[in-house]
Amino acid sequence: MLKVKQLNAYYGNSHILQGVDLNIEKGEIVSLLGRNGVGRSTTCMTIMGLVPPKGSIIYNGEEIAGLKPHEIAHRGIGFVPEDRWIFPGLTVMQNLILGQKSRKQKSRWTLDDVFTLFPRLEERSNVHGGLISGGEKQMLTICRTLMGDPDFIMIDEPTEGLAPRVVEQMGQLIETIAARGVSVLLVEQKLSIALKISRRLYIMGQGRIVFSGTPDDLKHDREIRKEWLEV
Amino acid sequence: MVEYLIFSVLNTLVLGMLLFMLSSGLTLIFSMMGVLNFAHASFYMLGAYFGYQITTVAGFWSALIISPLLVGILGAAVERYGLRTVHKYGHVAELLFTLGLFFIIEEGVNLIWGRNAMPNFIPASLDFPLFTLFNSEFSAFRAFMLLISVAIFIGLYLVLTRTRIGLIIQAALTHPEGVNALGHNVPAVFMMVFGGGSALAGLAGVIGGIFLITEPSMALTLGPIVFVVIVVGGMGSLTGAFVASLLLAGLQTFAVGLEYSLVDLLGIIGVTVNADGILRDIWRIQLSHIGPILPYLFMVLMLMFRPKGLLGKREN
Ligand SMILES: Nc1ncnc2c1ncn2[C@@H]1O[C@H](COP(=O)(O)OP(=O)(O)OP(=O)(O)O)[C@@H](O)[C@H]1O
Ligand SMILES: [Mg+2]
Repeated sequence: MLKVKQLNAYYGNSHILQGVDLNIEKGEIVSLLGRNGVGRSTTCMTIMGLVPPKGSIIYNGEEIAGLKPHEIAHRGIGFVPEDRWIFPGLTVMQNLILGQKSRKQKSRWTLDDVFTLFPRLEERSNVHGGLISGGEKQMLTICRTLMGDPDFIMIDEPTEGLAPRVVEQMGQLIETIAARGVSVLLVEQKLSIALKISRRLYIMGQGRIVFSGTPDDLKHDREIRKEWLEV
Repeated sequence: MVEYLIFSVLNTLVLGMLLFMLSSGLTLIFSMMGVLNFAHASFYMLGAYFGYQITTVAGFWSALIISPLLVGILGAAVERYGLRTVHKYGHVAELLFTLGLFFIIEEGVNLIWGRNAMPNFIPASLDFPLFTLFNSEFSAFRAFMLLISVAIFIGLYLVLTRTRIGLIIQAALTHPEGVNALGHNVPAVFMMVFGGGSALAGLAGVIGGIFLITEPSMALTLGPIVFVVIVVGGMGSLTGAFVASLLLAGLQTFAVGLEYSLVDLLGIIGVTVNADGILRDIWRIQLSHIGPILPYLFMVLMLMFRPKGLLGKREN
């Protein structure tokens, strides 16, 4: 579904992505792990067209490197940024509505689905985005992207700062997303949840992929974990 | 005194709403694209000159519609073919670009229309006193200005809060990349906002050119005041721009009519000073004379003590 080959990206003169290769098939959950600052968020931003790419990004057989972010979104890619980007002056409801690409867009996710998954968002639907809690923002940003009905979604650190019980819930949500036929690229810090729900994992170190394999492979490879994940 | 008060309030409203028509576009453009558009007041000037020219051919009412449209199209083209190209070189380049545009438009106006003020008069159909209160008349044209600007204000409010495109614009004020990644064509929205803001400036020019004056230095006269408005109101805040427009218009309107000197003012609060000596000239300055300085003084103080402005959200 998504094939990233030799992807490079720069912030000014710093060479952040130095030849990243990724492969994601339909309906899989794939995790992207790594220490702080290795370039995981930049990988997502570059695939989304928010950072200029050098290299190849093939999505459903089409080269999308060089397209504008909205064009990429219209191809069916969704992005949940680490910084959430909740629109503070708009209500929770308006935030969700802007997730749809047009007023009439049909999605496999309806407002009812969202409110069933997160009743809290319904209670808060008329509150301004700037006034909701961090956890609520996290739910809102994911649901907003789902409203646009992506076939492939990149979720950047969804469990950051969440209470353990909510982390569990987030893991279930991601499995629900995949169960509806949406491929997921999950950027995570917490190894436990990534090992539990992913089919495959990638580990990044300084702008490159340094490991690729199944959760079992990683569980048995102490060396890799020690070198690239533990602090 | 009552007469003075009523008319000052009315004139504050007329001038304030004119300022708002200019500052609303500028503040939207700034917070959305991060571009401080030095040429914004130039679009106001173009609106006035186009308005004058169209009036001589087709009358005021055609000018009122066609001139803002032309200026709007010009603004959209400037964004699409100018700013968007310069954007990748950063904000300083964009700033210099708009500054260059300011001078190009000024010199262009000089070339075509010359350096003198245009005989841009109130259209006959609006050239009568609407009412007389005490001994002063309130002209129909002022009332008309007020009417248009209030209508624009309401229209702008409705578009921004009730329409989908309005929501997209509001969202792009804080997170343009986020809106873009959700599948909305943000570059097109930028062009629309720039064009719309320019059109509003053009409309302000059509009526402001008659109300104030239509001459090549009009952009330079009004431009700084509009900057003061958006700084005082808080960059990116429409409500802030609205409040600050009225505030600064009030400051100017009221100061002009007040023949008090600093000595008189201090006298009111019970302080007497010896109004002679070296500082004599300073003590005798009349409020009406420092009127033109007040907005800038206000801005400087605002930047020192409340840099995000009255209703601004950004700290930087
Ligand atoms: N806007 C930016 N300008 C310049 N450098 C940046 C920018 N954003 C990130 N970087 C740098 O790029 C590198 C990779 O950042 P990135 O955000 O992709 O890391 P990450 O793996 O997501 O880590 P984390 O999310 O834990 O910070 C870092 O060294 C970071 O300092
Ligand atoms: Mg990150």
